[in-house]
Amino acid sequence: MKQPVFSAQNLTKTYTSGEVEVRALRGVDLEIQAGEVVVLLGPSGSGKSTLLNIMGGIDHATSGRLLFGTQELTALGDRGLTAYRRRHVGFVFQFYNLVPSLTAYENVALVTEIADRPMRPEEALALVGLEARMAHFPAQLSGGEQQRVAIARAIAKRPEVLLCDEPTGALDSKTGILVIDALLSANVELGATTLIITHNASIQDVADRVLFFADGKIARIQKNKARRKAAGLSW
Amino acid sequence: MRVLDIKLFRDLRRLWPLVLAVALVIAGGASTLLMSVGSYRSLDETRAAYYERYRFADVFASVSRAPKTLVRQISEIPGVAAVDVRIATLALLDIPNFPEPATGQFISVPDGGGQLLNQLHIRAGRMPEPARAEEVVINESFATAHAFTPGARFSAILNGRKRELVVVGLALSPEFVYSIGPGDIMPDDRRFGIVWMSEKALASAYDLEGAFSSVNLKLLRGASEREVIKRLDALLDRYGGRAAYGRKDQTSHAWLNHEFDMLRNMSRTLPPIFLLVGAFLVNLTLSRIITLEREQIGLLKAMGYGNFAVAAHYIKFITAIVVIGIAIGSSAGTWLGIYITGLFGEFFRFPFLVYSYSPDVYLMATSLSVAAAIAGGVGALREVIKLAPAVAMQPPAPARFRHFLPPKFAINRILSQPTMMMLRNIASHPFRSAFTMLGMALATAILIVSLFTRDTMEQLVDVTYFMADRQDATISFRDKRPRDRVIDEVRHLPGVLAAEPYRAVPALIRNGNMERRLAISGRPRDADLSRIIDTDLRIVTLPESGLAISSMLGQILQVQVGDFVEVDLLEGQRRSVSLPVTALVEDYFGLRGMMDAQALARLMREAPAVNSVHFSLDAHKLDVLYDAIKRLPAVSGMALQRDSLANFRESVALLITTMASIYTLLAAIIAFGVVYSSARISLSERSRELASLRVLGFTRGEVFRILLLELGFLVIVAQPLGWVFGYDLAWLMQTRLAGELMRVRLVVMDSTYVLASVIVLVSAFLSALIVRERVNRLDLVAVLKTRD
Repeated sequence: MKQPVFSAQNLTKTYTSGEVEVRALRGVDLEIQAGEVVVLLGPSGSGKSTLLNIMGGIDHATSGRLLFGTQELTALGDRGLTAYRRRHVGFVFQFYNLVPSLTAYENVALVTEIADRPMRPEEALALVGLEARMAHFPAQLSGGEQQRVAIARAIAKRPEVLLCDEPTGALDSKTGILVIDALLSANVELGATTLIITHNASIQDVADRVLFFADGKIARIQKNKARRKAAGLSW
Repeated sequence: MRVLDIKLFRDLRRLWPLVLAVALVIAGGASTLLMSVGSYRSLDETRAAYYERYRFADVFASVSRAPKTLVRQISEIPGVAAVDVRIATLALLDIPNFPEPATGQFISVPDGGGQLLNQLHIRAGRMPEPARAEEVVINESFATAHAFTPGARFSAILNGRKRELVVVGLALSPEFVYSIGPGDIMPDDRRFGIVWMSEKALASAYDLEGAFSSVNLKLLRGASEREVIKRLDALLDRYGGRAAYGRKDQTSHAWLNHEFDMLRNMSRTLPPIFLLVGAFLVNLTLSRIITLEREQIGLLKAMGYGNFAVAAHYIKFITAIVVIGIAIGSSAGTWLGIYITGLFGEFFRFPFLVYSYSPDVYLMATSLSVAAAIAGGVGALREVIKLAPAVAMQPPAPARFRHFLPPKFAINRILSQPTMMMLRNIASHPFRSAFTMLGMALATAILIVSLFTRDTMEQLVDVTYFMADRQDATISFRDKRPRDRVIDEVRHLPGVLAAEPYRAVPALIRNGNMERRLAISGRPRDADLSRIIDTDLRIVTLPESGLAISSMLGQILQVQVGDFVEVDLLEGQRRSVSLPVTALVEDYFGLRGMMDAQALARLMREAPAVNSVHFSLDAHKLDVLYDAIKRLPAVSGMALQRDSLANFRESVALLITTMASIYTLLAAIIAFGVVYSSARISLSERSRELASLRVLGFTRGEVFRILLLELGFLVIVAQPLGWVFGYDLAWLMQTRLAGELMRVRLVVMDSTYVLASVIVLVSAFLSALIVRERVNRLDLVAVLKTRD
């Protein structure tokens, strides 16, 4: 059987925020195959982002095991996780998280400079249809454009996994569809396993599988027979 | 260029006011160090080169009259490298259009060839011709004071005979960098001049052909000055020799030393304080800036940048700020150093200046600033880097706010919500608030330490000129004279209201192995013009026997009132006696010993004699009085208190206040940097909160007041602490500036505390105005759009 890209066993995470202790993940078991598009749905605080952050190597699990291929991410230290992110992961965040003092081109170059076999920044920007806006600073771009720069930045390193936390959350529906389209083409072109967190139920149709989260657990998994094209979405 | 470096430049440009504020704090510290160490070293090297090039002597002695045949014997003293003998005498001068009696220090120059020691640097004209008895060279500052150029004429009373003299040259001498006339405590170039004339002419005027009255020695390296002086004294004794002395006791050198000591001590006291205060503030500010970068650091890490790369990026950012600061500080410090060197060089009239800028000073300033800045940045960086990227990209968890008092207390209802916000904000960041307050207190403190010298100078003037030495004038005689005759002469001078005779005897005063050379002055018992002020600023009357000494001398000798000191009288029978210390005197110039005139006469085993007379005079009869004094044969000079005070204000006070003004300016810049950066960072830290308030309907003014409330509260609370620190630092300064020739009493007037605080508060106000612009531009939409 083909080795899954991710396999999680009894993954838990407890946050201490201020004086409050929050159990964000209460034991998650999961396998994700290469090239899959997975949508994570669920109410706020159900643990979607926490799982994504741990898979992306930007947060540590409190207990349990998480494998990336054969590599155990939960056993890696800071240095190992940094190398993992650098080689394998592309992130897209809800609020874009662009560096305001860098242009669109330079924001992408920020990643290509440290990646092993990146595409050229203009190539990545062309993939999201922003080749004409390369010299603009984030403040000169619309929300959708900023998010597409963030996608270009995420895919420019040709990542094996693309992790997207509410990529359309701050966008109107028309722009949101453009962004989803950009993500799906990256999935097809690069074969990157793509995980998308969303509050928007209509996006689930573009996925191979949909994970429904509740109370820090995966409540159920839905398998779609066919992936819908982004153009066919509406909300 | 790498993208991170592009980000670095853009960030520096975006944050330029903040970057500049922090850089100015660094620059303030660095420039004080470079200025003071640089100018001190330059002046010190200039003096050394001047002494070397013009062969400044090591040992000095004067005699009544000794035959030149003695030179061979003197040169045979082991350790003596060169002997220069000459005629040196004081004489009254009569200068056209200058009614006050002036004094000339006449010094012979060899007719055949050049001087062996204490050579002249001719600034204009030439040396006197051997055959021309009227030709003289005068020191440049005396010439400047009277606008004399070669060809000018004035008269002198040489050995009772008035002679007309012609200036043929203007000169500088390492022996008279500081020239202080008899009875004076300050140089007065109008009333005291150095006059070099042909040896033949001077010898014939004083019947000293084939003889000399002054001898200077240059010693071999490693020679024992003490031993040479002992042997020289033995040789000169029978010729009326007065005890020989080394450079340490040579007036010009000692004053120069004192000035240099002051500069050196200033350079060792103030710049470290400035640099440390600056370093502390930079540390504080950078750690807050780094904390603000938390989200970007998280993002860079999420993208796969390692801790090292992220740390390197921010260390570059910090280093860039330090480099900007050092660049500004070095240029300003170097410029100020050259300015100060020039100022002092002109004051001392050095023939040339050596600018010394050793790289070690720059290195010291740079490394200390870099270390402080990096220490500040790295501490915060470590905190942020420790966080997982996901956590770093989230805003920090809300701080734990607390109730000051249980909620039921009425105070919670009395205070407005903004006041509560301010108080809780301070309480929830106790360290940050305390450090910010400490930074502001230090800003006030360095202002106080820069400003307080004015106060101490006023106190010095008050005690010296208005409490202690209240005479209007002092006349000095070339040699001691019978008291009764002098009193009779002086009382009959026109315009003299009261006169008090003084006897001065050179002496060595000793306790254990500590000893100092000074003049013991014998005072009339009922002296009222010149009074003795003790360390509690009370007027004391001397008992019939015993010695009153400067409190500084008491400290040096480690004696208290009631202890005995050994005294070697260096005149007459040269007796050694043991005397009780009867009072410690509050005085600020030189080391002095004072005793009852009759007791001193008994010790000297001589009839009552005087060397000088203090008197008060009728200001309307000055011109007649001056004329009469010029006709008195034995008078060597006249000092006027009014002129002395004016000279003090013009010279010493000017130099000290110039330095103090520069330090004050630098301190004010630091104060501004501190307050501005603190306000600016507060705004960044709280921009989301403040913008949210605007969204809720608060006006710009209201939001601005909320921001200012905390800053204003910290600035005001910091002031009393700043006063305490300022006083302590001023005490440290005063202790380190105290010298044997001049010292001050620590006085910090209320107005100084007020002025320091006003400067800090004005800085706070100005930075608030600048920050207000940014408050007005808060982006309300961005707050709603981005997460919190």
